[in-house]
Amino acid sequence: MIYLQLFWEFFQTGLFAVGGGLATLPFLYDMGARTGWFTAHQVADMLAVSESTPGPIGINMAVYTGYTTAGIWGSLCALVGIVTPSIIVIVIVAAFLRAFRDNRYVNGAFYGIRPASTGLIAAAGLAVAVSALLRPDAWQGWSRFWTVLDWKAWLLAAVIFAVSKKWKKLHPAFLILIGAAAGAVFRFAGA
Amino acid sequence: MKIYWELFSVFFRMGAITFGGGYAMLPILQREVVDARGWCTNEELADYYAIGQCTPGIIAVNTATFIGFKLKGVPGALLATYGVVAPSFVIIGIIAALLQNFAQYAVVQNAFAGIRVVVAVLIFNAVCKLYKTSVIDKLTLAVFIAVAALAYFLDVSPVLFVVAAAAAGIAVHVGKEARK
Repeated sequence: MIYLQLFWEFFQTGLFAVGGGLATLPFLYDMGARTGWFTAHQVADMLAVSESTPGPIGINMAVYTGYTTAGIWGSLCALVGIVTPSIIVIVIVAAFLRAFRDNRYVNGAFYGIRPASTGLIAAAGLAVAVSALLRPDAWQGWSRFWTVLDWKAWLLAAVIFAVSKKWKKLHPAFLILIGAAAGAVFRFAGA
Repeated sequence: MKIYWELFSVFFRMGAITFGGGYAMLPILQREVVDARGWCTNEELADYYAIGQCTPGIIAVNTATFIGFKLKGVPGALLATYGVVAPSFVIIGIIAALLQNFAQYAVVQNAFAGIRVVVAVLIFNAVCKLYKTSVIDKLTLAVFIAVAALAYFLDVSPVLFVVAAAAAGIAVHVGKEARK
């Protein structure tokens, strides 16, 4: 029953992904590896689509995954799955707002969860970077380790990083557009 | 009845015009919800954001749920939440349908290889920003390094890391207080 499975997978993601949109990323990698619904490449593509369209990223990713896996009804199940834990948790928290903010167990738990969530996103980012910047099939041993580096992709990454630091207000969709144009012209190894 | 419709439509518009999720939404929330309608104060909004950041789920969704619940209980929470996510459902549905038809062309695949390089940089920037607020002492640094390394090399569910980190956080935090 794919619909129920989509709901359940995204319910778990909504329940355990703490700290906003990108926190769903490691859960999507894990989900793709376990279910075979999508590849790691597709997760990165999904992220680019989500960053370039309106709406919360986590929601966009759920809808996109649901659609590519099982059409419109699939995206509806994924969407309901990912927002349901939020609704339940927030309604409970809203009812006990003050007590929640001052509770030492709650504060303690989030003291630990916050860096863990950042670490999970970092690991997911590393996986994207490896697939975008390296060519593992060109490996010829440590003495010639540089052969695995896709230097055109590294150059693009350096340019994008510099631009994103120089103009901090610049919309990510603009950077993604530059990346798409550069990819179409220069043909990176990660295709 | 009018308030229910307004809750849905205000959050629907917000979902349709904010790019990039939670933080991009804050100035629009201040204008639409605080200044124009008085549904909550700026202080309450800051509280909702702080809690939205450290509770599970997406920040924009959590904030919508909060405001909807404050105004009209559970039905209000449901309407505001589904209002904010409805535009994504429509827009992303269309894009996903288009992409599936174009994905086999070589030029599209090449473009996405370039996009992935950009995505890697965007994630790197986001992690740097999150690092500043979440890694605040030696212990949180240790948690960050351990989770990043283990999650990259081991094939285990992220749920395990979140639960383990929560347990460790409670043990350390409560232990510290006991020693005081």
